Amino acid sequence: MMTLKQSRRLQSVALGGLSWLIALLIFFPILWMVLTSFKTEIDAFATPPLFFFHPTLENYIHIQERSDYLHFAWNSIAISFSATILCLLIAVPAAYSMAFYETKRTKQTLLWMLSTKMLPPVGVLMPIYLLAKGTGLLDTKLALIIIYTLVNLPIVVWMVYTYFKDVPRDILEAARLDGATLLQEMLRVLLPISKGGLASTALLSLILCWNEAFWSLNLSSSQAAPLTALIASYSSPEGLFWAKLSAVSTLACAPILIFGWISQKQLVRGLSFGAVK
Amino acid sequence: MATLKLKNLKKGFEGLQIIKGIDLEVLDKEFVVFVGPSGCGKSTLLRLIAGLEDVSSGHIELDGRDITEVSPAKRDLAMVFQTYALYPHMTVRKNMSFALDLAGGDKAEVQRKVDDAARILELTPLLDRKPRQLSGGQRQRVAIGRAIVRNPKIFLFDEPLSNLDAALRVQMRLELARLHQELQATMIYVTHDQVEAMTLANKVVVLNGGRIEQVGSPLELYHHPANLFVAGFLGTPKMAFLKGKVSAVDTGGCEVSLDAGLQLALPHSSAALKVGDPVTLGIRPEHLELATAGQPGLSVTADVSERLGSDTFCHVLADSGEPLTVRLRGDLNNPYGQRLQLHLGAEHCHLFDANGDAVSHALRAAA
Repeated sequence: MMTLKQSRRLQSVALGGLSWLIALLIFFPILWMVLTSFKTEIDAFATPPLFFFHPTLENYIHIQERSDYLHFAWNSIAISFSATILCLLIAVPAAYSMAFYETKRTKQTLLWMLSTKMLPPVGVLMPIYLLAKGTGLLDTKLALIIIYTLVNLPIVVWMVYTYFKDVPRDILEAARLDGATLLQEMLRVLLPISKGGLASTALLSLILCWNEAFWSLNLSSSQAAPLTALIASYSSPEGLFWAKLSAVSTLACAPILIFGWISQKQLVRGLSFGAVK
Repeated sequence: MATLKLKNLKKGFEGLQIIKGIDLEVLDKEFVVFVGPSGCGKSTLLRLIAGLEDVSSGHIELDGRDITEVSPAKRDLAMVFQTYALYPHMTVRKNMSFALDLAGGDKAEVQRKVDDAARILELTPLLDRKPRQLSGGQRQRVAIGRAIVRNPKIFLFDEPLSNLDAALRVQMRLELARLHQELQATMIYVTHDQVEAMTLANKVVVLNGGRIEQVGSPLELYHHPANLFVAGFLGTPKMAFLKGKVSAVDTGGCEVSLDAGLQLALPHSSAALKVGDPVTLGIRPEHLELATAGQPGLSVTADVSERLGSDTFCHVLADSGEPLTVRLRGDLNNPYGQRLQLHLGAEHCHLFDANGDAVSHALRAAA
């Protein structure tokens, strides 16, 4: 017979083991991508797959020779950061009015905003492509910045709204009685109080922009193309070169992965929508 | 100088009338307490005065100036919230100087005002802490300090003590009374706690259902409640009510026959009072006593007793089923289940007509 203590211990070991297994399963594709990026094309195709091989940097060298990684990376950075800043500039006042001056229609408005996320992007590809073409914005960073801002706006408004909802109304009213104007109330009281939430919202928006592929592939070719477009350019008509594709994917993911790793704590807060404090 | 006048003030939310026409004058240096059950509109009334809610109709005048449409920032009022509403990201010093900083005051002057307020409230050692590092009572004092530094025309308090524990509440109540003496400021205070109302106020405003039931000094309201509501709301334990009918009327008073089975001659009279009118007799626990032998009394059955040491509050039931509370000596044995005879001193009784309005008391009216 097991004692209660032993059975509890067994339970916790089993649960721990299971968690590790699931985590490894989720992480495996990324690990495999990184491993493959250090293989030769022959090794990459090998069946059964090789876990032990002679690592090589030839894929990375090839990419440096064929394409200008820094150009794409700069585009990714410029587009993601600009779109995120623009998105917050619009979302903060919107969320403020919805959180603190709620009307009968506020909930519906929020739901309606979110419902736009349910539309498949390809459904509006044609009109948006034509708009971009007509305004001469095809293959410009500005086009992607505008699109990313609009695409992420619903989720960003939702998140900021949730954080603002956590701020007691009394504090803003106290500021008003203390003589603060609307702008002072926002800049000196509301935003500093919710800076944690705003940081995680910004982080999530950055990641979403960085990883966006559909619009970047369709609206950019060379000038404005971000890293996602660079990856896609390696699945060429001549066939799939797994090792090179893996190398370029690793290069594209690395910055945001490292960024995410550093800011893990903020991100978890952001994703739990203010539930964890 | 700060006097406030409310003129036929009304407020409705989505068709529902919350404040139904309030006329009130708050004099300079007065400590006015709005008291009433929850939902009576007392907090809404305070928020209307502060400018945090828009008035539906009526006017608010501060020192003769109409401020009905003036923004809260420009009313020169300071408010202490129930939740304290301190700025969590600022130190105590910053919290207290925030309003003066916004107004662009001279730095040294601001510093001096904050230091003065901190000294009055004994907050000096805490000036560099953040609100989360303070206890409930300390936060409350910071909230009051934030109001003091502004030297406002009127201080508004919205149930400031209700988040504190019982012991701290008593202490803060005393501090507030002392502060009022020291600052000689006009204060308006909202509470549902009638003990706070009785102990702090110069003037109590009893609100019910968006209307003023009665305005007066605490003792005036306690001894001369204008109606059943005020009589039942002020005083712990509550005043007991006994139903009955007028059995005789003369110039100096009337005789009432209670459903509980007692005839009582009372010094209450009114021109409208007629024989056969239904009335309610009210009497406070401290005015009921055990009848001595031979004295006519009300027969009751003792229920549970609450022994407080100094006093015992004995809950009893009249034969008509109406509950009463009697204040007895603290060392008395528990009379649970016993039949008791209670003596009702006619001079201490209150009488209310069928509408619940008080019938005037000949002796007290003369006094």
